[in-house]
Amino acid sequence: MSSTLVHGDSPSSLSAIKPSRAMTQPPPVKRARSGPLADRIFGWLAKGSALLTLALLLAILTSLTISAWPAISKYGLSFLTSTVWDPVQNEYGGLVMIYGTLATSLIALLIAVPVSFGIALFLTELSPAWLKRPLGTAIELLAAVPSIVYGMWGLLVFGPVLATYVQQPLQSLTHGIPYLGAFFSGPPVGIGILSAGIILAIMIIPFIASVMRDVFEVTPPLLKESAYGLGATTWEVVSKVVLPYTKTGVIGGIMLGLGRAIGETMAVTFVIGNFNQLDSLSLFQAANSITSALANEFAEAGEGLHQAALMYLGLVLFFITFVILSLSKLLLSRLRKAEGTKT
Amino acid sequence: MSATLSQVRAARFAQRKRVNYIATGLALAAMAFGLFWLFWILVETFRLGIGGMNWVTLTQMTPPPNEEGGLANAIYGSFLMVFLATCVGTPIGVMAGIYLAEFDSKSWLASLTRFVNDILLSAPSIVIGLFVYAVVVSRFKSFSGYAGILALSLIVIPVVIRTTENMLQLVPAGLREAAYALGAPKWKVILSITLKAARAGVITGVLLAVARIAGETAPLLFTALSNQFWTSSLGEPMASLPVTIFKFAMSPYENWQQLAWAGVFLITIAVLGLNILARVLTRNKS
Repeated sequence: MSSTLVHGDSPSSLSAIKPSRAMTQPPPVKRARSGPLADRIFGWLAKGSALLTLALLLAILTSLTISAWPAISKYGLSFLTSTVWDPVQNEYGGLVMIYGTLATSLIALLIAVPVSFGIALFLTELSPAWLKRPLGTAIELLAAVPSIVYGMWGLLVFGPVLATYVQQPLQSLTHGIPYLGAFFSGPPVGIGILSAGIILAIMIIPFIASVMRDVFEVTPPLLKESAYGLGATTWEVVSKVVLPYTKTGVIGGIMLGLGRAIGETMAVTFVIGNFNQLDSLSLFQAANSITSALANEFAEAGEGLHQAALMYLGLVLFFITFVILSLSKLLLSRLRKAEGTKT
Repeated sequence: MSATLSQVRAARFAQRKRVNYIATGLALAAMAFGLFWLFWILVETFRLGIGGMNWVTLTQMTPPPNEEGGLANAIYGSFLMVFLATCVGTPIGVMAGIYLAEFDSKSWLASLTRFVNDILLSAPSIVIGLFVYAVVVSRFKSFSGYAGILALSLIVIPVVIRTTENMLQLVPAGLREAAYALGAPKWKVILSITLKAARAGVITGVLLAVARIAGETAPLLFTALSNQFWTSSLGEPMASLPVTIFKFAMSPYENWQQLAWAGVFLITIAVLGLNILARVLTRNKS
């Protein structure tokens, strides 16, 4: 601040000081003068960039709210419980999409959590050391495959296989059974909630597995070795020592995966079938999710209530993921804190 | 009596061992399950995409249904938008990462930024598309390459912030102190000592960000939209590989689907290549 203040002084006083300083003091070192100013500019730039990130979050929230306002003011919270989605009549409700999003994500979690746990267990306790890195990388590459690739593969390769080898046998197996049959009714064409859920599961396995692996690795070796020393088997060590110790981290990882699954767009859009009605509980039924409704309808939606309703859906989506990801972050940081105090 | 006790013990031991075998077997199966999908997806992508890899695909424009054509404009559009988005997003991300690691990293502002950044890192990318649509596209009444670049750069920023901060924190404090002791100002210490020491890691972060946005479709759907023709004007709608794949794959036309597979092949190769390159870079460092 001081150097700018000196320059800000009136020119007369500056010229009055200058000669006297030159006489009595040695000329100030150049670098020392440019340093503070450059430092300050640099600091502002850095802080500005950080503030930009915060501003981005606020901007997203406000702009979505403003764009969605016509729909929010018309429907209020009843938007969330209405199943009508009719662009022709200009009537909108989001329950079908919200149900689709939640159902697919739930299926994805049911598959992905045990598998990820197994992968993390394998990588931390069973794998020979030289295999750990390549196998871990391979699983992480699963996360790197772009979602559009999952989508196209799911629609054209996986869907038909699922229909012939899983859906049709399941359907004939559960045909007469009262409640179970309802879950597996509907056209077995490989498109719908079940296929979307399975593909989402594949996509979130790497996220959950790598968080689990990382938190398993923070378990103090002393604890594990004591258990092994008492004669515990690998499974007993993992289930009775490692898992209780890393509980919060594991849940945080699962939440992270859930957040990913809920926000995933392209893969779901390809395979969910984009069907805006909710008339059966069947897992084979084509449905719609928030993200796929946005991807399919938004570019064609005219200005007005249709677009506002889609923006409202986007806001709901952002809100849900925001809450889930915040919880995940909170749980993971709690584990990190505990780790800091106990060791 | 003692015989029965040892029998009970042996039985319990056998039981525990059995449970252990089953659990480890299942873990092995889970690992195989994960690898199986990766293998299947890669094999199918190669099998169906490699046929479309020829000169025509790389040099001709996207065709109307049932006519010959290629993906040249989509490849160019993707390349241009990814490049420019990286150029926009990287400096901001690196500076914010520097702020978090080198300036007051314990302050509430830094913790808040870190928190928000982690949320943005995993936030649905389609919401970024909606945001840019609301702020840019609906205001200027036109889809444009600029909007696409903005949307992609907003995805780059959190990725770069995260890796930059992590990598800067790995730089030993002694290096910084030595530079300060020589009288270097803070900006110079950061730019030419700390950042230089963490160079490989920061580049890794940028590469990962490029890999991420190269495959992103959702944020481009309502920002850059798509374009059937070659355009180098960023003010117009611009084709990109992922959006073209989306359009072509959902279509019933044979030649469009063939081109979509070729596009999927290209994207998969590029993205996985970047990821592996990024990993090799960090391994050499550590």
